[in-house]
Amino acid sequence: MEKVGIVGVGQTKYERKKEDTFAELVFEATTAALADAGAEIGDIDNVVTVSNDFWDGRTISSMAVQDAAGSYNKDVSCVEGDGVFGAMYGMMRALSGSFDTTLVVAHVKGSEGNMNLITNAMFDPIYQRQIGIDATSSAALQARRYMEKTGATEEDFARVSVKNHSNGVNNPLAQIRKKITIDDVMKSRKISEPLKLFDCSPITDGAAAIVISNAKGVKRFKKDPIWILGASHLSDSYTLGYRDLAYPRALEAASKKAYAMAGITDPLKQLDVAELADAYSYMELLWYEGLGLSPKGKGAELIRSGATGMDGELPVNPSGGLLSAHPVLVAGLARIIEVTLQLRGEAGDRQIKGASKALAHGINGPCGQAHGVFVLGS
Amino acid sequence: MDVENIYYHGRIKVPYKWYVGETGSRFLVELRDNKELWGIQCPKCNKVFLPPSKTCWECFTPTEKWVKLKNAGVVESYTIAHYSEGVAPRDVPIIYGLIKIDGADGSLIHFIGDIDPDKVSVGMRVKAVFAEERTGSILDIKHFAPSDE
Repeated sequence: MEKVGIVGVGQTKYERKKEDTFAELVFEATTAALADAGAEIGDIDNVVTVSNDFWDGRTISSMAVQDAAGSYNKDVSCVEGDGVFGAMYGMMRALSGSFDTTLVVAHVKGSEGNMNLITNAMFDPIYQRQIGIDATSSAALQARRYMEKTGATEEDFARVSVKNHSNGVNNPLAQIRKKITIDDVMKSRKISEPLKLFDCSPITDGAAAIVISNAKGVKRFKKDPIWILGASHLSDSYTLGYRDLAYPRALEAASKKAYAMAGITDPLKQLDVAELADAYSYMELLWYEGLGLSPKGKGAELIRSGATGMDGELPVNPSGGLLSAHPVLVAGLARIIEVTLQLRGEAGDRQIKGASKALAHGINGPCGQAHGVFVLGS
Repeated sequence: MDVENIYYHGRIKVPYKWYVGETGSRFLVELRDNKELWGIQCPKCNKVFLPPSKTCWECFTPTEKWVKLKNAGVVESYTIAHYSEGVAPRDVPIIYGLIKIDGADGSLIHFIGDIDPDKVSVGMRVKAVFAEERTGSILDIKHFAPSDE
């Protein structure tokens, strides 16, 4: 694909309850990304904000952060979805010929709304919303379906949580930095069976920003770009019940496209690090399968093998993942930022030595309806 | 400067009425008046959708043929939710099921009831139990209960 890359990244610390307004969070992330790029707001040709009206509690949620995103007198638009999809749009704009550089910035304050009610509202009001399902109870239906189809166990889900929490200890920006055991997960409070407290990502506040540039624009910045080698996003049926919850075929299709662009034929071997949307522990196993890291139905075997641990063949979620901090929407940008830091060799205590090819993944909609995949390289 | 942090507490309440469409209306009228479950079939792939869909989302083709389905099916998945925000008219724990209705290709998300939560299993046969007072809503099905059918 035509050359386009990431030249700056910035994020706030992720916390349960931040004493900052939406605009303050966005300003902090934006200025951090610009400083990281060695740039000023004038180097940015257009802005993509990422927000959701229900999470913000106001319509046209992007308007609350326009000043803080530095979008005055610039072309600005909003993506209502995970940050990975905001980055996709930002990349397309930098490739469009109309702009050379894009700032993408996402914010959320999970602490100010009500996650269960907000995610209940994503379901169809006629047939599903009245039943009361939300992100967690629908995920629980998916988790059990996956167990039935593949033989994965609750202990396998717990292994994901243990791994990612262990990784999160090394991430100074993570919200939860605490080692836990399989026993801790298994004995944690039942939320929506088979999911327990430590299978679920936390409620988080925070913001993140990235600067994307095409080949022409990169000379404005001081940082060497991390190039986007492949990118794809695809959607499955919106209606839960119309798609096979036990296998993410949209992710399989999206990753195959991104791999083809990036020349990846054996992702487990060729990728050095991956950051996936583990909003609930079991999801990481499904995404292994969709990404071709394990054969279909064998995601649990991959976690059991240790291949995705910090010392494994392909460390997954060295940042601690969403299980260690889940700023909804922001999460996708945080995945991209983490692998960018890894590829630059700037990931501190969680650095994977010599990482040169990485994958970042994000989801939209209930139970991973839509998937976005980036393959990045230094 | 030390400043007291002020929080503004609000609540967004906006009344809506959604037209459910011709297809949805037919489905809900059958539930309300006849206690019957009807699916709608894609003429191209022959899949039967429940809840009904005006368009087959895979074939991008208008669905046409209504198919009367049994009021029974199989539990494909379930969860026992130990919390409630008051949306569902049920007490916790709430059992949600993904119900594969006989003759339909998709599954319906609904409550499972008349059973101890510990006794629910995947593959269990269930039948629709209808509400006494029906209003033309998905809640005209009260829940799905264990069945020998």
